[in-house]
Amino acid sequence: MSALIVDIILWGSVAVLGFMAWQRGRPVLVSSVREGTLDFINIVPRIALGVIGAGYIAAVIPSEVITGWLGPDSGWLGVLMATVAGAATPGGPVIGFSLGAVAMKAGAGPPQVIAYVTAWALFAFQRLILWEIPFMPARFVWFRAAVSLPFPFVAAAIAMAVGKP
Amino acid sequence: MAELPLKDPAPADDAADTEPRPGRIRKPIGWSMIVIAVLVAVCVVLVWRRDGVHGVTEILFSDLELFGGILPRVLAGCLLGAFIAEILPHEKVSRALGPNSGLKGLLIGTAFGAILPGGPFTVYPVAAALLTVGADFGAAIAMVVSWTLIGYGRAIVWELPIMGTDFTLWRIVISLPLPILAGALGRFVYIRIYPKGAPP
Repeated sequence: MSALIVDIILWGSVAVLGFMAWQRGRPVLVSSVREGTLDFINIVPRIALGVIGAGYIAAVIPSEVITGWLGPDSGWLGVLMATVAGAATPGGPVIGFSLGAVAMKAGAGPPQVIAYVTAWALFAFQRLILWEIPFMPARFVWFRAAVSLPFPFVAAAIAMAVGKP
Repeated sequence: MAELPLKDPAPADDAADTEPRPGRIRKPIGWSMIVIAVLVAVCVVLVWRRDGVHGVTEILFSDLELFGGILPRVLAGCLLGAFIAEILPHEKVSRALGPNSGLKGLLIGTAFGAILPGGPFTVYPVAAALLTVGADFGAAIAMVVSWTLIGYGRAIVWELPIMGTDFTLWRIVISLPLPILAGALGRFVYIRIYPKGAPP
């Protein structure tokens, strides 16, 4: 159901922007459709490598390893381990959040789980490989990931300071 | 390293709007893809040694299915990016999101990332399009980070049911300043690494 809504919003946006391009004149529409299609053709092999490759990489990293890293140890070492675990977590949002929930039940502190979820959102290797590198200039991706490094720690620090969640 | 070479931010005169956008140079194979291919090959061998041919084909087929499901959305994302690059006036984008856009540019990038509908198949093509038409790394970083940390799509569909309301809301509140900080840090580092602008 939610997938259908996503598709409707997505293709609706494409239609609206396509209409705006068409209003600028037919050549504008034709040239942007051609650019978009060429981008698509160019990206397909990379997405293929990303999707199929990520499955194999995920199969090699068992989830027990991730929850082990997220164990009930606390403090900044726990935050560091949580950050590494977040980056190494394979799979989509279900796996990322479920492992976070499991770790929380197993006694991990909320700041550590915040660091884990933040690190996973910022630089889970699977999303970098599958989505970000195919679409964005590689230099931007590495730059963004490097710049993002401090932020799981910042998020954990804020969580410790406000004493929530 | 760069697969899609970045253009210098569009010059802030009206000529940028009237000139046709030159076709981007596309190189499907870059060093990043080679590294990933090697990593994947190693993992395939590891799976094969552990589970045999059956394990390898099982993952292959389930991933091919996933791949087929993703493709139409990828096409939509690419078209979206191309339309945005064509419609948005370059001069306005480079003023609103360019290197000199200051805090306002980072705030716009953050807001854009937070409200952008769809998934990774929209955010990355759109961010790449904005880079092409004059946004700088800082604003694009703010947008991508905002989408991953405070975008509502993933939070509503996945995080709320799995992690609970309390955790999700607090995590988002805590994350609110992070896209702006990440974008500011990105700008700060960028002008020190590339003092003369992006290398060709």
